Amino acid sequence: MKSIHVSTTVNGDAVEFICAPDESLLDVLRNRLGLTGAKEGCGTGDCGACSVTLNGRLVCSCLVLGAEAEGADVGTIEGLANGDALHQLQQSFIDHAALQCGICTPGILVAAKALLEKNPDPTDTEVRYWLAGNLCRCTGYDKIIHAVQDAAQKMRSA
Amino acid sequence: MRFAQPRTTEEAAGLIAQEAGLTRILSGGTDVMVQLKSGLVEPDLIVDIKHIPGLRAITPEDGGFRIGAAVSGAELGEHEGVRALWPGVVEGVELIGSTQVQGRATMAGNLCNGSPAADAVPGLVAANAIARIMGPDGERDCPVAEIPVGPGKTTLAKAEFLTSIFLPARPDRSGDAYLRFIPRTEMDIAVAAAAVSLTLDAAGTVTAARVALGAVAPTIRLVPAAADAILGAKLDDAAIAALMEACSAACNPIDDKRGTIEFRTQVAGVLAKRAALIAYSRAGGTV
Ligand SMILES: Cc1cc2nc3c(=O)[nH]c(=O)nc-3n(C[C@H](O)[C@H](O)[C@H](O)COP(=O)(O)OP(=O)(O)OC[C@H]3O[C@@H](n4cnc5c(N)ncnc54)[C@H](O)[C@@H]3O)c2cc1C
Ligand code: FES
Ligand code: FES
Repeated sequence: MKSIHVSTTVNGDAVEFICAPDESLLDVLRNRLGLTGAKEGCGTGDCGACSVTLNGRLVCSCLVLGAEAEGADVGTIEGLANGDALHQLQQSFIDHAALQCGICTPGILVAAKALLEKNPDPTDTEVRYWLAGNLCRCTGYDKIIHAVQDAAQKMRSA
Repeated sequence: MRFAQPRTTEEAAGLIAQEAGLTRILSGGTDVMVQLKSGLVEPDLIVDIKHIPGLRAITPEDGGFRIGAAVSGAELGEHEGVRALWPGVVEGVELIGSTQVQGRATMAGNLCNGSPAADAVPGLVAANAIARIMGPDGERDCPVAEIPVGPGKTTLAKAEFLTSIFLPARPDRSGDAYLRFIPRTEMDIAVAAAAVSLTLDAAGTVTAARVALGAVAPTIRLVPAAADAILGAKLDDAAIAALMEACSAACNPIDDKRGTIEFRTQVAGVLAKRAALIAYSRAGGTV
């Protein structure tokens, strides 16, 4: 298989990599760029642990080819905090104990950030539907919903 | 495997025509990537059509809308014009997968993947949507209803692909709706589904109708007998009963742990009834 050279932007930084034509963006992020925040839970679009944004759209990076990132703008969990300053969503997840093992957390944070950018004042039902593609086997979801709502409220009054 | 991002439809058609092995068009990739991962298909060439100008555009045309083949569910759902004209089509598309899947999945991919349970397709068939197809000999138009022929199979020739889907204009007092049954509220595959599109006269009598069923036969099925059952009626009990009966009679479903033949056959009728009532009220009728 012929390798492909890709120039892209990840969390605002210009990045170049070489990948195989059938390699997923998730594998590129984790294995070639050392960005291991996005996790592989299923590899088939069901769990959301690999969530990133592609040109501002929330997607499963396991369902994107690395080669498709050419010229695109990729956003990952690594771009959420500002240096050492946590994003409000991260702080609210800690405050509300909205994680246990943490495997699902990067994907949920990326997804929740995309939600609040589109809808800063969602209802609980809107949060639940938005996050329906993010599976968590530990928390039972309630704390996740509370944490997102807490962050939303603080971000609105910030 | 090779990966190509053509910049024109002609270039794409040429690439596919020249490939001796297996080609896969890549729109949103939400089916293709799963098939690649499972080893179900091992294409020699992947053709990403998202960079062809116009394929990501929604364009008003003759009172309807032309939807580029690479327009995602999220992009379609954000388009107020399409939502207002064809709400049933949009609600079918929006049922596909999660927010993440919506960010990528397309109607064209849903159609060409050929699943009998594809959520976008019954609404498109009820709408009498027309697919525009590019091939080695140029473009042709084909009703969406004539594209699927069986699970995973379509009438598209080897080197053909969709460039857009056209949703036509519709008369005043028209409405459409799509409903599916799944065992939970999100992220599942339809066990039975129904789409209804209809037009009323000023008195609320149905003057035109199309009914399509999903997940109850090897393909999405247009059911003319079900449309006939409500033509000339105001969705009174007798018309609804005839609609339900015609839908159930058109079912030829599989029997599996997610739904028995009896269940799918009955539920298809119930969903058609409910979708017809929603379409009727969207068209401005009161039952
Ligand atoms: C987690 C998850 C949940 C899902 N849930 C649902 C659901 O609820 N309902 C549902 O119906 N589907 C569901 N799907 C399946 C899938 O998302 C849909 O079928 C989707 O619409 C496919 O569109 P796509 O653009 O991603 O297609 P792709 O994967 O890009 O393509 C699908 C097929 O169509 C072909 N193709 C694509 N575009 C064209 C074209 N322009 N011309 C010719 N051939 C083309 C491809 O070669 C491929 O064979 C789900 C998938 C996942 C991963
Ligand atoms: S790893 Fe991508 S959705 Fe599960
Ligand atoms: S915290 Fe373990 S999967 Fe969510």
